[in-house]
Amino acid sequence: MSCLEVLAAGPLSTIQDLGRPGLAEIGVGPSGAADGGAFRLANRLVGNDEGAAAIEVTLGGLAVRASRDLTAAVTGAPCPITVDGRGAAVNSVLRIPSGVELRMGTPGRGLRSYLAVRGGIAVPPVLGSRATDVLAGLGPDPLAPGMVLPVGPPPDRFPLVDLAPVAAYPADEIVLRVEPGPRHDWFADNALTALVSRPYEVTSDSNRIGMRLAGPALERSRTEELPSEGMVAGALQVPPSARPTLFLADHPVTGGYPVIAVVTAADVAKAAQARPGQRVRFRFKTGRIR
Amino acid sequence: MRFLRCADSGLLIELADLHAVQALYAALAEAPPEGVTDLVPAARTLLLHLDPQRADAARIEAAVRAVEPRDGARTHGDLLRVPVVYDGADLAEVAKLTGLTEREVVHRHTSAEWTVAFGGFAPGFGYLAGGPAELAVPRRAESRTKVPPGSVGLAGAFSGIYPRESPGGWQLIGRTDLEIWRVDRDPPALLRPGVRVRFQEVA
Repeated sequence: MSCLEVLAAGPLSTIQDLGRPGLAEIGVGPSGAADGGAFRLANRLVGNDEGAAAIEVTLGGLAVRASRDLTAAVTGAPCPITVDGRGAAVNSVLRIPSGVELRMGTPGRGLRSYLAVRGGIAVPPVLGSRATDVLAGLGPDPLAPGMVLPVGPPPDRFPLVDLAPVAAYPADEIVLRVEPGPRHDWFADNALTALVSRPYEVTSDSNRIGMRLAGPALERSRTEELPSEGMVAGALQVPPSARPTLFLADHPVTGGYPVIAVVTAADVAKAAQARPGQRVRFRFKTGRIR
Repeated sequence: MRFLRCADSGLLIELADLHAVQALYAALAEAPPEGVTDLVPAARTLLLHLDPQRADAARIEAAVRAVEPRDGARTHGDLLRVPVVYDGADLAEVAKLTGLTEREVVHRHTSAEWTVAFGGFAPGFGYLAGGPAELAVPRRAESRTKVPPGSVGLAGAFSGIYPRESPGGWQLIGRTDLEIWRVDRDPPALLRPGVRVRFQEVA
């Protein structure tokens, strides 16, 4: 069987797919690739099914060696790539001959890059998915040097394009569209206005579970305890600190703090590319408060 | 029934009480409306996760209003017996909070038939409802950073068993050796909504 040997893993590289939806009743969240759009593109480029398992690389640093001739693609946060020491392009089809190394440097913009290989990463699935859920502790361990990852048999389909056009990533502020959330009425009248008035800064206390934000305080008008309730990705949950946490792929199934607003599904992937220190600005999707 | 939108990703339905949540959950779990990818029952709400490509929230809201709630919780018919050693670190505190003796706390915990109302918090964690009102206690003021796996606790009107070591704020009254969560077993969780539970004291 063909495989990939991990030579270096960078700050955090995990195996992801489209996750394990449908298991909330036993306390298991969806998980899966944090930037689903970039993840699917990587698989399409190499001719895989969109849901084949690939590697999510946080802030670059991954180096792998192929045991057979492999076809690969890197999408998401644009990072410098070398194949056998020669520069290669993101969002393109890469040929990695047997014994050759692919190295990913630190991206200049964005946070998460995806490395897909034709055939997909063929580790055994856990509860129907190969995704690593860092909150639930499910799925394969994060990558570490020395690990050998099996690659599945190539699909019937062949790569259709050599290079996919992808819009440039913003270097400064990321704009995320929101709608008032299920508990916006638990907050002071001016809280929704405060949310969209000034940008927030992504703190270093952020991961696949959620992104903690520094910025305007969102004061509550109701202070009683909220019984835990179901949470979606994109939810802006406000703990007693009055600063919101934006839930990402590995968010908890339920939460006990009120959700003031929810980032629209299409923009959750953009949020997953925000780096610590970067600014995000929330904007109402409809342009007004319902 | 109150419908609260979570952008295009979800629809949170607020219901009168846990019984109403279970009845609607039972009905919808059997035939979820088109575009609903997951259902998350909780104490007073039911969240429908939506596929934004396929779901029309207004249509789903109408479909939910037309659903006949199932009377009573969905029952797997299973009765799970859970052997417990009642030596938890908070047993004395629970006795104080409830005005019962420690033996009376154990007696009431083992006499009741509990039912898994919903999951959450961690994989395999089930919120057990149906216990006696006297055992309703608040969470601990300070959450523990490490609760050992198998710990049996109380919080609010619920009882629960920690599937693995994790932080937690429940009042711990005992421990069990029963592996309630094993990822290589089918089903991995012993505590699924509808499963009935009897706690049994062991030495």
